[in-house]
Amino acid sequence: MGTFILRRLGQMLLTAICLTFIVFFMTNLLPNLEKLAKTQGNFRMSEEAVTSWLGDRGYLAPLPYKFGQWVGVVPGWVTEKIDDDGVTKVTGRCFLPNTHTQDRSRFCGVLQGHWGTSTVFKTNVDGLVAKRLAATGKLMGFVLLLMVPMALIVGVLAGMREGSKLDRTLSTFSIASTATPEYVSGVIFIALFASSKFGISPLLAEWGWIDTKTLLLGSAKQAVEDATFRNFFLPVLTISLYGMGYIARMTRASMAEVMTAQYVRTARLKGVSFRNVVMKHALRNALIAPFTVIMLQVPWLLNGVVIVETLFAYDGFGRLLVQAASNNDIELLMAVSVVSVIVVLVTQLISDVGYVFLNPRIRIS
Amino acid sequence: MEPLTWTGSLSFLNLFFALAVGVFTIMLVGQILTSLFASEQPTSIRSDGTIATSAGIGGLANFALKVTFIAVIALSAVYLLAGVVMGTNAGIFGGIAQRLTPVWIGMLVIFVVSIKLKRSLGLYGKLFDSTVGMIGFALVLFWVLAGVMAGVFDLIVTHDSLSQASGMKNKLPGTPLRGAEDGEFQWYLLGGDNLARDVFSRLFKGAWTVVLIAPFATIFAFMVGITLGLPAGYYGGRLDTFLSFAANLILAFPVILLFYLLVTPEIVATGIPNYMAAVLFIFPVVFFGILLNSRYHTQPAIRTPLLIVVLGALVWVYLALISNEGYIISTKEYSILGLPQILDFYDMDPSILVVFVSVVFVNAPTVFRIVRGLALDIKTRDYVAAAQTRGEGPWYIMLWEILPNARGPLIVDFCLRIGYTTILLGTLGFFGLGLESESPDWGTTINTGRTLIRAYIHPLLPPAVSLLTLVLGLNLLADGLREESLRD
Repeated sequence: MGTFILRRLGQMLLTAICLTFIVFFMTNLLPNLEKLAKTQGNFRMSEEAVTSWLGDRGYLAPLPYKFGQWVGVVPGWVTEKIDDDGVTKVTGRCFLPNTHTQDRSRFCGVLQGHWGTSTVFKTNVDGLVAKRLAATGKLMGFVLLLMVPMALIVGVLAGMREGSKLDRTLSTFSIASTATPEYVSGVIFIALFASSKFGISPLLAEWGWIDTKTLLLGSAKQAVEDATFRNFFLPVLTISLYGMGYIARMTRASMAEVMTAQYVRTARLKGVSFRNVVMKHALRNALIAPFTVIMLQVPWLLNGVVIVETLFAYDGFGRLLVQAASNNDIELLMAVSVVSVIVVLVTQLISDVGYVFLNPRIRIS
Repeated sequence: MEPLTWTGSLSFLNLFFALAVGVFTIMLVGQILTSLFASEQPTSIRSDGTIATSAGIGGLANFALKVTFIAVIALSAVYLLAGVVMGTNAGIFGGIAQRLTPVWIGMLVIFVVSIKLKRSLGLYGKLFDSTVGMIGFALVLFWVLAGVMAGVFDLIVTHDSLSQASGMKNKLPGTPLRGAEDGEFQWYLLGGDNLARDVFSRLFKGAWTVVLIAPFATIFAFMVGITLGLPAGYYGGRLDTFLSFAANLILAFPVILLFYLLVTPEIVATGIPNYMAAVLFIFPVVFFGILLNSRYHTQPAIRTPLLIVVLGALVWVYLALISNEGYIISTKEYSILGLPQILDFYDMDPSILVVFVSVVFVNAPTVFRIVRGLALDIKTRDYVAAAQTRGEGPWYIMLWEILPNARGPLIVDFCLRIGYTTILLGTLGFFGLGLESESPDWGTTINTGRTLIRAYIHPLLPPAVSLLTLVLGLNLLADGLREESLRD
């Protein structure tokens, strides 16, 4: 077990390095850099101005060299420039302008704990990412709280009597929920619950059941600081619904399989009531498979988070990804991709280890 | 002219319809709830040894459920048929039903023929034994036919999908067109969007974009996945380690980050999508080349002409696909010459190309993993050992022994994957990536519509519901196919 985890960790590290390098390569392509220069400087810059803007900030160095700077194994760039008054101005990656020569650090990269500055938000990347991650963590926590129990209940109810009307209805519901991407269900939910003109809100307002114009809010902007049912339920529901169907179907399949097992039949023939068979004999064994599925679903949720945070204007990690990527904010995007890659790989590891742990019939070879 | 109502002169039916739907829902929920708590029916054993149960209240409820269900279906059919006959006299629904007449005819013909011949049509025919599969197939067929008829034959659409009509901005469904000329359709059936374009026509033009890109992208992803997954699973070793690592690498990317890295105008300017297209599109050529060669290499008299014809055609199509205006890659700094324009019968729109390539790129690793897993499993079977003893080559075994026996799960996954690709295309549109902003495809329409979501939902709901039904149809179809292929 120990060597298995070690090997997996090594593999993860290699994957993470390759991935970050790919992201670095793509964001440092010349057209992307030109776009960055023009959005940071001004849009009517000439070709020469763009080149000198990029050159002064170390963007035109060879790619491996730049990547080394980001990692922190190559000294950061230093530009000396004589301005119109004849004063030498020294700028660099690792120190603020006007720093004394002795106080300048040479290396500053991820290894030194320096994640760089965001060109869009003009702040430190690590603080920004941490803040946004906390917001998304809150969202994900509520999603898991809603999604997992709902999926397990639906799956167990459907799988306990295979082929019954209940099973058909719930299975159709879970297929429908996997077929509804977040941007579709989110739009439909906003129309139904969060619009003052359509859906149920005008009716409820007319009957005097709600004091506000709409039942729920279509924007979760305030939810970062102060999450209430009214502003937070729709985003949570939207993400949960898409992820739920798959887990429910896996639970149903697993439950249906257990219900046909020999020991369940024996228990039934012995005269144990149906309810006891389900609750005491079948349920525990049926829940092994859904565990791995739930873990593997987490990276999937990340996608949903990006869409839902954009749709509901919730300032979380997903929205940060969109903002970083659409502005080619290189160092922010690097940090974002490192975090998301770690999330993906760690959940894969947990699901593998957990499966072995829960299911003693499987041994790692 | 008066604006249309939803059901027009058929509105006297609405009450009955609502009643039937309401009763049906209540009965279904009630029956499920009682089935959770009620004990099983008492049974009595008769003297001849058979077991009998009385129908009781449960049986009665069952009967009533069936009756209301049939009533719902029958009333829907009345709306539809009356709509086809009466057109806009039967309201917006009638107008839509009439515009869709060619689709109804097509579906009817295909269903009747398929059900008549279902015993001789293999897995496809068996689909008509499962209700779920049939419903799924009907939904998919509807969108495929609608997409083809609207996109290729210009049949269903009532107005041009890009032209704007004065005074129709954000108008509600059924609004008559101001100053419509004689030959022109008089209404905006589903209203106008924020640029005063017809939502109904854009919906079906957009269906064509989806129906065109999603299946083809999935086919290409399967070609890549199969061509790489079979040797990875069959040979194992270093090749497998390397390919699996690469596949996991792509899968570890959040899809949206990948899209943002691949589908921007800046990346298109570097020519990277064209390089990727050149690599990804070669796989079908390689696949068919190896497929035919491994089968016929012992009969050179058949093999050589066959390969020349097939590969010649495929290479031509390949070159036509990847070259645009005479160049394979043309950036500011350099360009690579491609097929001359006289021979180039198809110029792929660069924005569609980049969307297509990135969707294939995202899907291929998952297909690779599935095929690799299936190959690992199947290569231990006896018939593979028999083929090896017979002295067959490895590619013959992979493509003519392993692949046909893996077809069941692959067909099911193919249906699911088209649905997933549709969702991905919508995601791209939702983030405004790739396709132009006036493109009628569903994702882009949802993206433009969501800015006004609190004021107007009618431009937004039709594409959302359409995407939902198409993907639902594909999922149900896959479910039906899985059930039927497991049965034998």
